[in-house]
Amino acid sequence: MNESIPPKEERMAALSGLGTSRKRVEDARFTQGKGNYVDDMKMPGMLFGDFVRSPYAHARIKSINTEAALSLPGVHAVLTAADLEPLGLHWMPTLAGDKQMVLADGKVLFQGQEVAYVVADDRYVADDGIQAVMVEYEELPVLVDPFKAELNDAPVLREDIADQSEGAHGPRRHPNHIFTWESGDRAATESVLSEAEVMAEEMVYYHRTHPCPLETCGCVASMDKVNGKLTVWGTFQAPHAVRTVASLISGIAEHNIRIVSPDIGGGFGNKVGVYPGYICAIVASIVTGVPVKWVEDRMDNLMATAFARDYWMQGKISATKEGKITGLWCHTTADHGAFDACADPTKFPAGFMNICTGSYDIPTAYLAVDGIYTNKAPGGVAYRCSFRVTEAAYFIERMIEVLAIKLGMDAADLRAKNFIRKDQFPYQSALGWEYDSGDYHTSWNKALAAVDYQGLRAEQAERLAAFGRGETRKLIGIGLSHFTEIVGAGPVKNCDILGLGMFDSCEIRIHPTGSAIARLGTISQGQGHATTFAQILASEIGIPAEDITLEEGDTDTAPYGLGTYGSRSTPVAGAATAMAGRKIRAKAQMIAAYLLEVHDNDVEWDVDRFSVKGAPERFKTMKEIAFASYNQAIPGVEPGLEAVSYYDPPNMTYPFGAYVCVMEIDVDTGTTEIRQFYALDDCGTRINPMIIEGQVHGGLTEALAIALGQEIAYDDQGNVTTGTLMDFFMPTAWETPNYQTDFTETPSPHHPIGAKGVGESPNVGGVPAFSNAVHDAFKSFGLTQSHMPHDHWRIWKIANSLGLHD
Amino acid sequence: MIASAFEYHKPDTVDGVISLLSKWGDDARVVAGGHSLIPVMKQRMTDISHLIDLGGISELKGVSIDGDTITIGAMTTQHELATDEALAEAAPLIREASLQIADPQVRYMGTIGGNVANGDPANDMPGLMQTLDATYHLTGPAGKREVKARDFYEAAYFTAREDEEILTAISFAKPSGGFAYEKQKRKIGDYATAAAGVMITIVGGTCTAASVALTNLSDTPVYCGAAVDALVGSSLDDTTIKVAVAAAVDASDPVADTRGPVDFKKYVAGVIVKKAITSALARA
Repeated sequence: MNESIPPKEERMAALSGLGTSRKRVEDARFTQGKGNYVDDMKMPGMLFGDFVRSPYAHARIKSINTEAALSLPGVHAVLTAADLEPLGLHWMPTLAGDKQMVLADGKVLFQGQEVAYVVADDRYVADDGIQAVMVEYEELPVLVDPFKAELNDAPVLREDIADQSEGAHGPRRHPNHIFTWESGDRAATESVLSEAEVMAEEMVYYHRTHPCPLETCGCVASMDKVNGKLTVWGTFQAPHAVRTVASLISGIAEHNIRIVSPDIGGGFGNKVGVYPGYICAIVASIVTGVPVKWVEDRMDNLMATAFARDYWMQGKISATKEGKITGLWCHTTADHGAFDACADPTKFPAGFMNICTGSYDIPTAYLAVDGIYTNKAPGGVAYRCSFRVTEAAYFIERMIEVLAIKLGMDAADLRAKNFIRKDQFPYQSALGWEYDSGDYHTSWNKALAAVDYQGLRAEQAERLAAFGRGETRKLIGIGLSHFTEIVGAGPVKNCDILGLGMFDSCEIRIHPTGSAIARLGTISQGQGHATTFAQILASEIGIPAEDITLEEGDTDTAPYGLGTYGSRSTPVAGAATAMAGRKIRAKAQMIAAYLLEVHDNDVEWDVDRFSVKGAPERFKTMKEIAFASYNQAIPGVEPGLEAVSYYDPPNMTYPFGAYVCVMEIDVDTGTTEIRQFYALDDCGTRINPMIIEGQVHGGLTEALAIALGQEIAYDDQGNVTTGTLMDFFMPTAWETPNYQTDFTETPSPHHPIGAKGVGESPNVGGVPAFSNAVHDAFKSFGLTQSHMPHDHWRIWKIANSLGLHD
Repeated sequence: MIASAFEYHKPDTVDGVISLLSKWGDDARVVAGGHSLIPVMKQRMTDISHLIDLGGISELKGVSIDGDTITIGAMTTQHELATDEALAEAAPLIREASLQIADPQVRYMGTIGGNVANGDPANDMPGLMQTLDATYHLTGPAGKREVKARDFYEAAYFTAREDEEILTAISFAKPSGGFAYEKQKRKIGDYATAAAGVMITIVGGTCTAASVALTNLSDTPVYCGAAVDALVGSSLDDTTIKVAVAAAVDASDPVADTRGPVDFKKYVAGVIVKKAITSALARA
């Protein structure tokens, strides 16, 4: 007989389940340099492949001479488009329904484009080979300004599709035009705007930047010609989708392809797409019969693999004189570069940009997005955000500020006046989304109280007066942001990538001794999945998190899933984990009832065991049940204890938050200092508060980088001017301010455990907070809008143009 | 980003270096900390067949303070400059400037000799050497010679050093009076948007000696003689400082880059010079 049962709280604590700040199990290896990344892989006979890249943004290729390169000792092959063409692999499909050159086919369209692929003994010899490949170019006129793309004298970039008037997303009106995507009611919105009491209009530019993960992109491809099996280890945020795409474009049967994502050193959207480097490594392995590695260097990564943003958002917002918003209009010119390689759900060529009504109850709205080709690198990925959600949040949070200026209202009051009220959820937005839950007034009031908003405004006014008296050259900016995200793509009915529904999965096996392994269709790139998903499961099945192994990323063993990006892991795979756990528990209940000799319905779940109702001293722990499932013949119950769940979410989740940034700005030097940053996040049920805090710190730091200096800039000849970390701003500990984190908890009503996802919120909400602080500092001098990044010289230009210098 | 193959030499005497340089001529380069040369080699912007590492020559290392003269061996690292207590006592300006160079990792490798000899106008030490009126000691096939820092820089990466010479040491008179090295940069590890080194001596309320120089505001470091002329003999009143600042800005000739356009850089140069003068004055 079971004698003493530890108290419930004690047993819950032993599980390290939901809500526990459990230390990350991954960190033991990461902090000791014991991770296993792609570039750590060494295989017998492995060769290294690297690219000859275009020095020009737009040029015709007159000839490629590979003789000298091939004659170098240690160079095994040099691939060009001509070599790939017989295989049909000189072009590849993009995730956005376009196609992209794998190797330059007759012309190059951006600086850094892949022209030829040199396969050599090692990366040293490969670089010698690259230098020896002679490419003759004929320069062509360069198009870098998307607003000049459709002028009469604009060069035609994509000659391959110049005469196609229909693209993957509808009609194309010009050879340099990719698509027009619309959302909302244009006529109604224009009518509301024309009759508005107050209307503000502004161009809001979210500049081109880059996810720049610590580890660059790369892979090792190995074709085993004996058993016909291709294995590719790579930096893949979506290994299963990569397998399917690889099968479709190579013709190799899908069961003969194994894709493995080992440890990944950050992704942030950069590792979602399929790159020429992967294709070339695969072809090179087939050609040479040995494994071939490709790993980008930092300049390759910044110049050639997927960028983010580059959205020119022309906005109009209307309101009553009292500040009740009546309409929102947005036309976006989206600079996609040379190929449309955005990683968005197929039906959303501008991602979820139509979440741009933000946290506000805006009755009428219209959005149009025009995608444009330019001579820049392809991409347009979701850099630490759901698809185009940072763009949307930045747009609306700037437009609110612009409207507040027009109305002469405090921007905090204007927000509060227009928030969707708690009793309006689920809320149907004018642009078609159903917001699942929210409590914006509570988060807002908590944030304003925490920072003493009125006190800050008073201090700002005093500083302004002192500035006017010539006593200081520093201004104070108070940056506000209340953002709403849309994450967890997504419902299969409207979300797919290349026809693959965006569900996700979890498979659980309980071992006889009561420990477990769970495999998911996602892949951690530093998020700590092995820690947090074990916590979800611990709470669901009563097995301590430390006894649960989490495995992801190997398509031969993990269940199919669409991967990790767009904060989808917790909303989708996290839900699958909980649901699979519940299947385990349901079976465990039958086993427990059998063992306890009662009816199934006469036992009840109690943290880590099933007890007989009304007789808690009679129970079977999960450990006992697990063992029984392997050694007892139970009538009507299969042996073993396993479950798998494929979860198709009924809706997206809508995390939100309230951020306040207090910034000191030196008007003479353009330098900034973040004096305070308060971040309140509501991500629904909190799985691991410590990991949430870490995610918020990381996301805010990326937001700081983007807002204050990080950009991929081109000169008028299409040369990248920010191609190294000297010029591409990556904050160090020195530049990173202290963050104050806080939370409210509004669970998602449709998610099994109420979780919403948090990894990307701080980037989505952080950028407008930092940017609004800069704008706010100069507001009283007449500034309404100035484009990011707010680096020293651009801030100085603001001050200069406002007449604040001698 | 891989350098082409090269022969690596690590002689242990200056004579050994000179004979290698004489033998290989333009195919050879000396390397000190390597922070400027190695990236350029990795980008294959230069092709060097023979790399001569100066790291094995003990006579090129160390700081000596002999009466009023301070001599610093070319291979002394910026970290050593920043942490040498005797040097900090004798010439605190060196520590102040050293700590503003790049980041600790760079300072462990970067040397004062490499910093001043490369002729990169973005480096901090060449500007500082203008302020200190330092002397560079060169050794070549024809023996030793000295060149004043203020005469050393001809254009970006072009200096008075001959190809077969190496810079072995710098020396300067123990500074006195107030000092400051002020630098604006975008982030840790960055070169200056604008930087200025200033020294000021005051006797009985009158400025008796001064020195003002700029970093990364022209294609060479800039010694601002007109600014010095304005300061010396004055009581360093606000009007004088204004004139000196204007003279320094006038001597600058920055180019636009990712740090900003010319008008911005000139404006910030004025702010930084003023800050440096004010700070030096407060310590004088």
